[in-house]
Amino acid sequence: MTIFDILHETYSAIFANKVRSGLTMLGIVIGISSVIAMLSIGQGAQNSIQSSIQSIGSNLILITPGAQRGPGVQISAGRGSAKTLTLEDVTAIQQQATNIKAIAPEVSGRYQVTAQGQNTNTTITGTVPDYQSVRNVSIAEGTFITDQNLQAGSKVAVIGPNVRDDLFGVDVDAIGKKIRINKVDFTVIGMTVAKGGSGFGSQDDLIWMPLSTAQRLLSGDEYVTTISVQAPDSNSSAGIQAQITDILTTKHNIKNGVLDFSVLNQADIAATATSITQIFTILLGSVAGISLVVGGIGIMNMMLTTVTERTREIGLRKAIGARNKDISLQFLIEALMLTFIGGGIGIILGWLISFLINYFGLIATQVSWFSIILSFTVSAVIGIVFGYYPARRAAGLNPIDALKYE
Amino acid sequence: MIDVKNITKIYDPDANAFLALDGVSFKIEDGEFVAIMGPSGSGKSTLMHILGALDTPTTGTYFLDGKDVSSLTDDELADIRRDKIGFVFQSFNLLPRSTVLRNVMLPLIYSGVGEEERDRRAREALHASGLDETHFTHLSNQLSGGQIQRVAISRALVNNPSLILADEPTGNLDSKTGEIVLGTFQKLNKELGRTIILITHEPDVAEHADRIIVIRDGKITEDRKNHKKKDAVLELAKINSLKQ
Repeated sequence: MTIFDILHETYSAIFANKVRSGLTMLGIVIGISSVIAMLSIGQGAQNSIQSSIQSIGSNLILITPGAQRGPGVQISAGRGSAKTLTLEDVTAIQQQATNIKAIAPEVSGRYQVTAQGQNTNTTITGTVPDYQSVRNVSIAEGTFITDQNLQAGSKVAVIGPNVRDDLFGVDVDAIGKKIRINKVDFTVIGMTVAKGGSGFGSQDDLIWMPLSTAQRLLSGDEYVTTISVQAPDSNSSAGIQAQITDILTTKHNIKNGVLDFSVLNQADIAATATSITQIFTILLGSVAGISLVVGGIGIMNMMLTTVTERTREIGLRKAIGARNKDISLQFLIEALMLTFIGGGIGIILGWLISFLINYFGLIATQVSWFSIILSFTVSAVIGIVFGYYPARRAAGLNPIDALKYE
Repeated sequence: MIDVKNITKIYDPDANAFLALDGVSFKIEDGEFVAIMGPSGSGKSTLMHILGALDTPTTGTYFLDGKDVSSLTDDELADIRRDKIGFVFQSFNLLPRSTVLRNVMLPLIYSGVGEEERDRRAREALHASGLDETHFTHLSNQLSGGQIQRVAISRALVNNPSLILADEPTGNLDSKTGEIVLGTFQKLNKELGRTIILITHEPDVAEHADRIIVIRDGKITEDRKNHKKKDAVLELAKINSLKQ
């Protein structure tokens, strides 16, 4: 008996009972499509979080002031806990830390910005030219802050595309125009490329100016709010993180171990986010997997019914010379065919669900080859596992009893 | 050639043992048309199962074409049925969802005959049993009782078996259709030299054969040449004339 003959038998058996075969397949369709859709949502969430993290720069170490305070011990209470980092810290790190690629201090705060009668409220960041490479800022038009701007304390600003849209309108050339912040006019010298992403705050709704200008005209003191340090690669960032902690602990003369600053490593953030989304994906996938198992039991149920119904057919086939192997293969292939067709439809449906979620902008889903291969394999395994017992039962029927069966 | 020697069959040997066949022996030469007759419970079905390699005897030997069939495994028995025996049953002879041609081909499919060859042989067998070509592509549940039996006979023929075994083939048919089916057997026996064993409980049916073996309570009580053999063609003419 060739495989073509078996497929012919299977085809006619499945189509003889269209409704029942269809409903049985539906179980597999739902199972497979939900596995694919859930994994694609998980993958999409992971990608979007990763790209948000990557959009703030690569191999970054962020130093922020006074995140930790011990109970009963107020650190620098007189100056306020958020103001512990200065440019001297930056210099100390530059001089003492080995192997850092770049360092960019910044001072930022939210201000009302006006231009040509329009106004917006956004984050103003005073920083240095190195910021551009440390934080992956690409310039679409004009230039970023230069060393000259920094030394002169120029009243210039680089704006994000969202700020341009809010203040001047979409696609308007903003270079050379004036914006007013805190009663001071600034000249726009550049605009950044749109980055998208939202996870860690939009990178497009920002204004940058020279650090010296921001300290003098906006914050009014010499503190910085964040120091970004770039490590040459992801392997060395943990070592640099430790060095910086040591340097600043010594510099700030901290003896009781309660730090007035915190050092965050981007690799740690990324790893944490990845492990969270992975758990989330596994959770979604296993819920979908349960429905797949239920679908498989549906297949087994149908096959057992079929074997009982077709007892006389099995008897006849045996009487005219079918071996046990021929019978069991026929029923096994029938179960496999149901799961394969169900699996195929499920993959298409799952992909469609994922596409629609993407299309309506809920989350940027991504169907991976892995999930397709996984669900195809799983449906094949389900067909074999849940088809095996009914097939064995069919093959084991005694031809005389099967022929007498009413 | 069929050589049955001292066959016994005991069902349920441990608890309430039932002796279905008790020392049955006979020989059937190639080309014979034999009827095995007996009332229900006589053991003729058990004998049919053993002759058809669906079952094996408890003791005794059964040689089919010189091969001992009485002690084979399930798969070996399946191969014997496939290659050497053609069955015609009383009912449920055909797969309802398949066409006539496909049904006749089925034994060839199991013996792995190629597609063109099996189509040719199936058509040949259908012609031999006298089924009209227009029915070849019909589904078997669109046929009448007599047509179904003739398709079943074609299927029994298609593998060129040593033996055609018919179990009450006219049991579900009216007498006219029954004569047509019996006529098909007589024609196959006379013209193609097929060995045919007809199992029946009706003496009328048995009398279409050349030889009648009567079985009762698991023993052969009679094994005789049939001197008043009925010719199905004449019988059919008789029935038709009675109706008019």
